[in-house]
Amino acid sequence: MTAAVLDLGGLGLDSGAHLLLQRALAPLRPGDRLTVHGHHPALAVHLPAWCRAEGHRVEPPDGGGSVVVRGTGRDGRWLGATRAGTGSRGVVVDHPPARWGLAPRGALVEEGGPEPHFDLDDRRLVWAEVAPRLYAHAAARQWDPATAVAWDEPFHLPDDVEAAVVQVMTYLVENEQAALIVPARFLGRIHPHFREVVQLLAVQVADEARHMEIFNRRALLRGGPLGSSSAGGRASLFTLVEESDFALASFLLSVLGEGSFVDLLAFLERYAPDPVTRRVAWLAMQDERRHVLFGVAHLEEQAAVDPGLGSRLRAAVERRHDALRDTAGLNNDVFDALVMVAAGSWEPEAIETGYRRVQRLERAMDEGRRRRLERLGFSAGEAAELSALHTRNFM
Amino acid sequence: MAGALLMGAVAYDPKVVTIWDGFRAWFRSHGLAFDYLLYSHYERQVEDLIAGHLHVAWNSPLAWLRSERLALASGRTVRPLAMRNTDRDLTSVIVGRRDAGIRTAEELGGRTVATGATDSPQATLLPMAHLAGLGVTVTARCFDVGVGLHGDHVGGERDAARALMAGEVDAAAMLDATYLLLGKEGTLPAGTTEVVEQTPPYDHCVMTAVDTAPADLIDRFTGLLLGMSYQDPEVRPLLDMEGLIAWEKGRTEGYRLLAAAVDRFHFYGPGGEVTMPGYEP
Repeated sequence: MTAAVLDLGGLGLDSGAHLLLQRALAPLRPGDRLTVHGHHPALAVHLPAWCRAEGHRVEPPDGGGSVVVRGTGRDGRWLGATRAGTGSRGVVVDHPPARWGLAPRGALVEEGGPEPHFDLDDRRLVWAEVAPRLYAHAAARQWDPATAVAWDEPFHLPDDVEAAVVQVMTYLVENEQAALIVPARFLGRIHPHFREVVQLLAVQVADEARHMEIFNRRALLRGGPLGSSSAGGRASLFTLVEESDFALASFLLSVLGEGSFVDLLAFLERYAPDPVTRRVAWLAMQDERRHVLFGVAHLEEQAAVDPGLGSRLRAAVERRHDALRDTAGLNNDVFDALVMVAAGSWEPEAIETGYRRVQRLERAMDEGRRRRLERLGFSAGEAAELSALHTRNFM
Repeated sequence: MAGALLMGAVAYDPKVVTIWDGFRAWFRSHGLAFDYLLYSHYERQVEDLIAGHLHVAWNSPLAWLRSERLALASGRTVRPLAMRNTDRDLTSVIVGRRDAGIRTAEELGGRTVATGATDSPQATLLPMAHLAGLGVTVTARCFDVGVGLHGDHVGGERDAARALMAGEVDAAAMLDATYLLLGKEGTLPAGTTEVVEQTPPYDHCVMTAVDTAPADLIDRFTGLLLGMSYQDPEVRPLLDMEGLIAWEKGRTEGYRLLAAAVDRFHFYGPGGEVTMPGYEP
């Protein structure tokens, strides 16, 4: 039997004395006694009431303070508790159980509670070793659309070139909208144990939100209305949004789509007719490169342990190609606008130069896709074949 | 469902459904068919218990006393099965404002004391009977929230405490645990009130069985109830909601004070009839 003593001084149970009581009772065993002294006027009323609710007992005061007899209290709450993994940075388990739910990785998890169904709960399906590093990079590279672009930098463009820029920006906003929705739809399906992936995708969503803002703002910079949105372009993008398999969506969006977009943004940065267009293209390109990196990395890791992945990826490209077979693909207005942007004028020689540049862009996109496909384990021949099936809408 | 144990409970709060639905699933998973009926007040629940419509009733202390009297009048018996660890040895306090300078029960004489609902054992009947027993005559101002719920709704006590802080009354009566709760939540700011009087300990709710209920059913129910463990993650959230850590055996000696208060204020007659004027759940 331990004879422990606690002096609460003037502290009342309506002002935090329970903290001292809990601390003093914690190391005692059930049946042990704690003599409590204190001169708060309500202590004699509050202490038995508190002990009753907490599963302890108070013996009538014998003049030398109240004696609390420790009960089992709420000890039972934590007897079956286990930790949700180690909590070390980037160390994850293969199959986090549903009962961990929203508990932070490494936390002591009380038994019971809801068992939310996060269907993306397999390490192989979502994780990439590079995710923690990419997230840190992404968080460090956030920028403010209001200040990252010198919106008032003076420039003048011929009306037709400005209209071409506006058309390209319209197309970009539409594409970024799809690129925002796709990861957003998976965010709530990924088991929170894979925290860095969730964080990375959340930043990706925020990236796309900013891209939409800067492209839209550039489109409206000279007060003109937005350009056109074609049915074929929207159909192509909607096949991305509809893909419910994380690996396949990631493949179509990041590896093929955003990968091609990086080339498009590099093209715009290089041939932009004005400094604002050049800057917004460069800013978005930095983020898109990171999105592509993650997509390739986690599929590369998945391919290493899942020999069936390659054929599923191939089927996804073919399926999307079939779905879009009867659509126009890239909006003609966009293609022509890209030529005009790269030409800079209506002079036939300039148009020819612009046209060749867009052709080079399409070749660069194709080469990039083939390179990434080969990283995922496709042969050169398969990569060329699959790259050719990619949507004509670029994204 | 035939063969199921049928329990009555009073729906003093929406959480009652969550609690007893959860317990029902637990009982059934432990081999006991169990259904519950919800009542909007204790009086009908007790009448149904004695009429044999229920096997057991989750009774307030006042409902226990009435079921005892109704049973006696109709040749039946009731017995206490179990109670929460938090139902044992409660006290009520009469609290004054520190700046008012009321230090003793005698100084409350002729003053106004705020109480909970008319039918609240802890915030009306017991503290008022205690003062009366000391020979102190006060004017009671009842804060009737949830009449018929026998004080299960804390709203009456909270309103009484607010009236005390607003200077509308000279003192307020409440359960000791409510006094702590209202202090912690700031309704009674720390250091502004003091306890003028405190009742001796008494017991609160009790699971009550009537003798018409099949004995084996009652035994299995009681055994399962007493066997519920705070370690069990399935029932722990229900125990938390119902405000207990463990079920303990029922006992009746903790109701003597309330029985005396009921007689003093003519709340119920000896045959369990409702005799309190103006009490209409």
